[in-house]
Amino acid sequence: MTNLLVAPILIPMLFGILCLLSFKSIRLQRILGFVGTIVLFCASLGLFFLTLKHEILVLHVGSWPAPYGITLVSDLFSAIMQLLTSIVGLAVGWYSLAMIGEQRTAFGFYALFHFLLMGVNGSFLTADIFNLYVWFEVMLISSFVMMALGGERAQMAGALKYVVINLISSAIFLAALGILYGIAGTLNMADLAVKFSQIDSNSSRALISALAVLFLAAFGIKAAIFPLFFWLPASYHTPPAAIAAVFSGLLTKVGVYALIRVFSLIFLQDTGFTHTLILVLSCLTMLIGVFGAMVQHEFRRVLSFHIVSQIGYMLMGLGLFTPLALAASVFYIIHHILVKTNLFLVSGVVEYLGKTADLNKLGGLYRSQPLLAILFLIPAMSLAGIPPLSGFFAKFNLIKTGLLESQYWVVAIALIVSLFTLYSMIKLWNQAFWKPAPPLSQDVPVVQEKVLCKPMILPIVLLASLTILVGVGIGPVFEIAMRTGMQLFEPARYITAVLGGL
Amino acid sequence: MEIILAIMIGGLYAASVYMILRRSLVKILIGIVLLSQATNMLIFVSSGITRGNSPVIKAEETVLSQPHADPLPQALVLTAIVISFGLTAFALALTYRAYKSVKTDDLDKLRSAALGGEENV
Repeated sequence: MTNLLVAPILIPMLFGILCLLSFKSIRLQRILGFVGTIVLFCASLGLFFLTLKHEILVLHVGSWPAPYGITLVSDLFSAIMQLLTSIVGLAVGWYSLAMIGEQRTAFGFYALFHFLLMGVNGSFLTADIFNLYVWFEVMLISSFVMMALGGERAQMAGALKYVVINLISSAIFLAALGILYGIAGTLNMADLAVKFSQIDSNSSRALISALAVLFLAAFGIKAAIFPLFFWLPASYHTPPAAIAAVFSGLLTKVGVYALIRVFSLIFLQDTGFTHTLILVLSCLTMLIGVFGAMVQHEFRRVLSFHIVSQIGYMLMGLGLFTPLALAASVFYIIHHILVKTNLFLVSGVVEYLGKTADLNKLGGLYRSQPLLAILFLIPAMSLAGIPPLSGFFAKFNLIKTGLLESQYWVVAIALIVSLFTLYSMIKLWNQAFWKPAPPLSQDVPVVQEKVLCKPMILPIVLLASLTILVGVGIGPVFEIAMRTGMQLFEPARYITAVLGGL
Repeated sequence: MEIILAIMIGGLYAASVYMILRRSLVKILIGIVLLSQATNMLIFVSSGITRGNSPVIKAEETVLSQPHADPLPQALVLTAIVISFGLTAFALALTYRAYKSVKTDDLDKLRSAALGGEENV
């Protein structure tokens, strides 16, 4: 039964290989690519419900007992993350049927897409920190190629920045791993948690704090937190919208996942230092992201800066570090992945219709495409935190925790940033949808066709209805998030589940 | 021996940071190569260096005799070398492709050339 744990890793690998084998036929690649995401979704859903029933599933790969072999673990947090991955995979796989051109598909878009999903799922499910590094690299190398796929000039510049910064972040992560192994002599995360909790000499404690900051820097680059976020708005607007949607939905969240995992399991010696640092950084991340978005005049650049500011909210829960705070963070991640992916998908349709991403040149879409306008409004208002959509409850819980912990200045910043988010979303709405279309210049023919029944609209509808569903059905969803928060806050159960036999 | 290696690793890190901060793309790549080498060395010495005792149980014994070299960092380094090799190869290809499409390897010029001079990010 626990063998289901490898399914979210093996299924994308299988379909990635099948896509490579059918490299000659674009049609076959599209069919395989899409079918693969459906199969992955079914398997992930199965694993999610199984984990919900059993709390923690553990699989010792090759029957090597922990901490000697590599262990795969699906606790509630991992299960939620891999389910979200497969939802994003399904939506983007569907959307790409219409929005990724023949040329990019012929160059192996779907194969790369599946390898990317494999890397992301692997990162979420592994319980071995070196294995986490390897999955990061699997994910990164696919994302590098996807970023550069098609080879447009702007894409090249974006891809270079993205590649260089990620190589540096990997090197920092690897160096931290080396030092970690030097101190503890183990790489299994549960075992590390046990070893680190037994350390009592002051010099080792100082070394561990330094190590924690090294991990914060390495994962912080991947998650795009302040002051390591510059690469994200500089590169996320260059590839096609479908690719940017996957990246914005999943890749930074892998960084956030890794941060929450190591700072709730391993680095708990000096929470006064590390978690306060995270809290301060989260506030700065929120502020800088939202202010960055205010001055941008391009659809996807505004959204990219908002990813940065939203990452701040997710880390705020980790910084406050109570069960409710962690639950709020987890819920925020659920909300954010659904909403942000959807906004990027909408941005792709807007660019397709208007032939430009420049907000000054867009306009009048509400008149010509009312359905698309509504589909934009749902995730946009959710992002800004308007009830009864998911974003409201995500922010509500974070702010409630902040008030309970008497961190009033953090709460104040979160509220202000929320207001500015609303401002940005209204700016997008006014500029792209509401204002009359600007006078046409001769070289830009505006597409007048209705997009109502095109395949690219359906995944947007799917994600938008999920956003509403999460908002309306907040009770059961937040209950799962709360259970996750409890599980993250008390890692003892995770540790015994992994090391059980010893 | 560890001291000498530690100084060497520090030197490699310093050199790599210097190279990464240059404007030429090729020099940045050299910096990244140095960075991954320094990191590999760091992992290699992370659990100390033991001379002449491989972690193999001798024929007449039943347990591993102390001290012995830790085999795990070497396995880790091997994995890291393979990964960094692949990534460096990709980064080189990407740099070449970027050079061909933008006709410069200066990062400042790359920015304005690639984005049509309208950008400030």
